[in-house]
Amino acid sequence: MSDLNKLGLAEARDALRKGDVTSVDLTNACLSAIEAAGALNAFVHKTPEIALEQAKAADARIATGDAPAMCGLPLGIKDLFCTKGVASQAGSGILEGFKPEYESTVTQNLFDAGAVMLGKLNMDEFAMGSSNETSVYGNAVSPWRRGNDDAQLTPGGSSGGSASAVSADLCLAATGTDTGGSIRQPAAFTGITGIKPTYGRCSRWGVVAFASSLDQAGPMTKSVRDAAIMLETMCSHDPKDSTSVDMAVPNFEAMLTGDIKGKKIGIPREYRMDGMPAEIEKLWGDGADMLRAAGAEIVDISLPHTKYALPAYYVIAPAEASSNLARYDGVRYGHRAQLAQGDGITEMYEKTRAEGFGHEVQRRVMIGTYVLSAGFYDAYYNRARKVRTLIKKDFEDVFAAGIDAILTPATPSAAFGLGEMTDADPVQMYLNDVFTVTVNLAGLPGISVPTGLDAQGLPLGLQLIGRPWDEGDLLNTAFALETAAGFVAKPGKWW
Amino acid sequence: MSIDQNTAAKVAKLARIKVEDDALPALASEFNTILGFIEQLNEVDVEGVEPMVSVTPLRLKRRQDVVTDGNQQDKVLSNAPDAREGFFAVPKVVE
Repeated sequence: MSDLNKLGLAEARDALRKGDVTSVDLTNACLSAIEAAGALNAFVHKTPEIALEQAKAADARIATGDAPAMCGLPLGIKDLFCTKGVASQAGSGILEGFKPEYESTVTQNLFDAGAVMLGKLNMDEFAMGSSNETSVYGNAVSPWRRGNDDAQLTPGGSSGGSASAVSADLCLAATGTDTGGSIRQPAAFTGITGIKPTYGRCSRWGVVAFASSLDQAGPMTKSVRDAAIMLETMCSHDPKDSTSVDMAVPNFEAMLTGDIKGKKIGIPREYRMDGMPAEIEKLWGDGADMLRAAGAEIVDISLPHTKYALPAYYVIAPAEASSNLARYDGVRYGHRAQLAQGDGITEMYEKTRAEGFGHEVQRRVMIGTYVLSAGFYDAYYNRARKVRTLIKKDFEDVFAAGIDAILTPATPSAAFGLGEMTDADPVQMYLNDVFTVTVNLAGLPGISVPTGLDAQGLPLGLQLIGRPWDEGDLLNTAFALETAAGFVAKPGKWW
Repeated sequence: MSIDQNTAAKVAKLARIKVEDDALPALASEFNTILGFIEQLNEVDVEGVEPMVSVTPLRLKRRQDVVTDGNQQDKVLSNAPDAREGFFAVPKVVE
């Protein structure tokens, strides 16, 4: 077999079990692809020694007939996950040199199942961004281009390195995390699949915290089937994360029948934004037609508080971030500023955090500090939490009325060019998450599936939102959409 | 609500992030843009609505109140910028 790095998880798993390939072969193919893809800046800490050691162990395990789903499959790991003895910086300068003494639960679950880690992937600093332009490692670059134009495009963010690496076949799949859309938006921008499970499905232990009530990990893969396989391994109840749920994890892959006859798919009218590009509108309508043709019933629904999701998010997420990021004080790990004669501990904190945090992170920490400060707590933070209750209720109402899943665009546009948003005000960048952020606020599962290309040849994705804890049914609807859309485009290799 | 430079400086101080004086006007302006966006929340009728505490209605699990971990001083200190004699070292705190 050639081009082993181009395989998906399911194909590679089946080939491994049949003895057609070895994990060492798969891993070497990915390592070569990574070496040749420096221009994408996707892998920021490479771990070839660990990868080959894990691959050999996986091959030995497969030979004995013990081959769990992920056994021998080479993955990229977002830099937000703590990996024991391997740099884990969350894309930030303040964690420079940090090598965790422990393993995140999600990566441990993957390794227990035999997965292979190729290295750590680029991301926006502390997952705060929608374009991977806030990373201390520099921009991750999308493998996609607008036709013959050689302008560099964003792979999206914050899981930009994950999206770039999977789309460019540097790995078979990657982990991502999603606080406001950070799995689904980059997946849509790069023509891959990404699912954020229900809040509580994946343990957050060892995942560097951004906004703890919103953060969830999930897989970024080349197909819906691959997402089902990898998600099942990532999910678990974990006593180390009090919000992780003690609930059986179904065999998601077994639920991919493709049969969605009689399912009710909601089309929320509030997602039809003013000024929505015609291409996105058409993509959305086409997606609804595909699901209808597959036997689903398409129903117009209303989620009346949609408009307030982004403003509520930009209170709640920075508030939680300001609290979570207080731990970066130059004392226990990471960067500490050089102090001047006479500087005390306050100067140490202030200089360390000014040097270690990038601009966007500083801005969000300070916004969070402001909305939590005396006199503004009720006006901003409590009000936002009340609006969050209403946003969640919007979803509960439509699900109670019999809706099985909700179909929306994943992003308001195709990928934009790196640097094109530099002069825009921060709110313009935040609008990238307009269709995805509601899902985090309501704690629901959401999946982005590539279904088309825009006029410039760039991928576009649709999002399906499911009932809480019903990822299996959501994945099956996504599988039906994927099958109908038949998206097979890949970026032409220029790197 | 509009944020002036003094408020921006106060917020930076609360957040323990050093911001040079010449950067304050731009920072205050960015705050105002973002807060202007957030002000939309005032349009929502939240009378009688409970602020969300947990997005999942599940009860938090309890466990025995026992020591489950410990004796990892070396690991705890291994990433410290300045560790001495088994402690984190910081500039003088008490005069």
